Amino acid sequence: MKWIKFLAFGAIVAGLYGMLFAFEADVIRLCKQGGWYFLFPVGVAFVFSYFHGAFTGMFWDVLGVQAKQSK
Amino acid sequence: MDASSLNFIDLTVGNVAFLLFVGFVGGLVSGFIGSGGAFVLTPAMMSMGVPGIVAVASNICHKFPKALVAAIKRHKYGHVDLRVGIILGLSAELGMLYGAGVQQGIKTRLGDAGSNLYVSAAFVVVLAIVGTWVMVDALNLYRRGATDQEEQVTRLARWVQNVQWLGPRFYSHGAKAHIPWLVTLPIGFATGMLAATIAVGGFVGVPAMHYVLGLPSMMASATELVIAFIMGLGGTIKFGWGGYVDLRLAMVILAGSLFGIQLGAIGTTYVKPFMVKVVMAAIMMLVLVSRAIIIPVYLSELGWIERIADSTTALLKQVSFWIMVAALVVGAVIVLGSLVSGMRAHASEKAAQAQDICED
Repeated sequence: MKWIKFLAFGAIVAGLYGMLFAFEADVIRLCKQGGWYFLFPVGVAFVFSYFHGAFTGMFWDVLGVQAKQSK
Repeated sequence: MDASSLNFIDLTVGNVAFLLFVGFVGGLVSGFIGSGGAFVLTPAMMSMGVPGIVAVASNICHKFPKALVAAIKRHKYGHVDLRVGIILGLSAELGMLYGAGVQQGIKTRLGDAGSNLYVSAAFVVVLAIVGTWVMVDALNLYRRGATDQEEQVTRLARWVQNVQWLGPRFYSHGAKAHIPWLVTLPIGFATGMLAATIAVGGFVGVPAMHYVLGLPSMMASATELVIAFIMGLGGTIKFGWGGYVDLRLAMVILAGSLFGIQLGAIGTTYVKPFMVKVVMAAIMMLVLVSRAIIIPVYLSELGWIERIADSTTALLKQVSFWIMVAALVVGAVIVLGSLVSGMRAHASEKAAQAQDICED
């Protein structure tokens, strides 16, 4: 189960980064718009942080690097 | 400056690899000491040809999601004092706006050289005072052989926690004491102002929470992440409104830094609080040297001292940049070393316990 979740999040992260560069020109255009378009970089950053944050946490976990359990 | 006229660079594989690496190392340090991993990124991006304001904006845009992930992680370890973080974060926002205004004013009056001189002088003054304080404290703990002992609340923090005439107070579960609101305002403001000036508010925020408010250093470093998130979000909105954020750069740095920040946060569970001070002092001292040696260049550019030869200027800039990179790498090496030795010691402890149980 741990591995499935890890691989699923990895695939989502790869997809997100793939889309970021596949639509590079649109991304740049939206970022340069300014004004209320600030919601675009802020929103995308939140989405990336959720999926990539979870993925990187699982990555170290899968490698056996885990926090010390407090007694 | 109109954002549409700015050049968002073409990203090469080399640029992406470099940003991933610097992001990872910066994240490792930030996850451990709460701050201090991002100061190399702005000059690094500028060296790739990214316009200064886009480099600053993209750096800030990667900082707030990074700080969010790390704050959540360290909250799970019980390191975050959310109340202190939010209160300081809000006053830091004000400090950031004021600091950005001061920066803009200096740039208008004295140009880029004046602005660079101001930033470098701020680095030197702040790091000389705060960095020396942290280093002396870490050395004293080491000399006394007290690195494994529980941290003592400083005399100043005890005074702050007990003073009655400073107006309303709130309870900090990190400090396990009541803290006057009035004391938090200048700390948050200074943290924000420093973040707007040198991109690392934590160089003031973390020591102030520890030495002035009385939070344990481990909690101060984690609570700084909440402040960094609030400031980063505010900064991203401000720069995003102007159209200066290059989301590609920000997300590439984030890709590397989240790997680092998770590892740095895990590292804090294996080390004594003393190590936070060691890493912080080491980075601060190296960055101090890096900024101090570049000051004559800016003084020369302003015509305030005799002109320095172009070759010397180029050399000093290179040396300064690489000392900055070295500061980050030294911090990262100490964090990784502490993590590995802490994990080994923990594994031996567990093995010994298992053996005892078997023998019983």
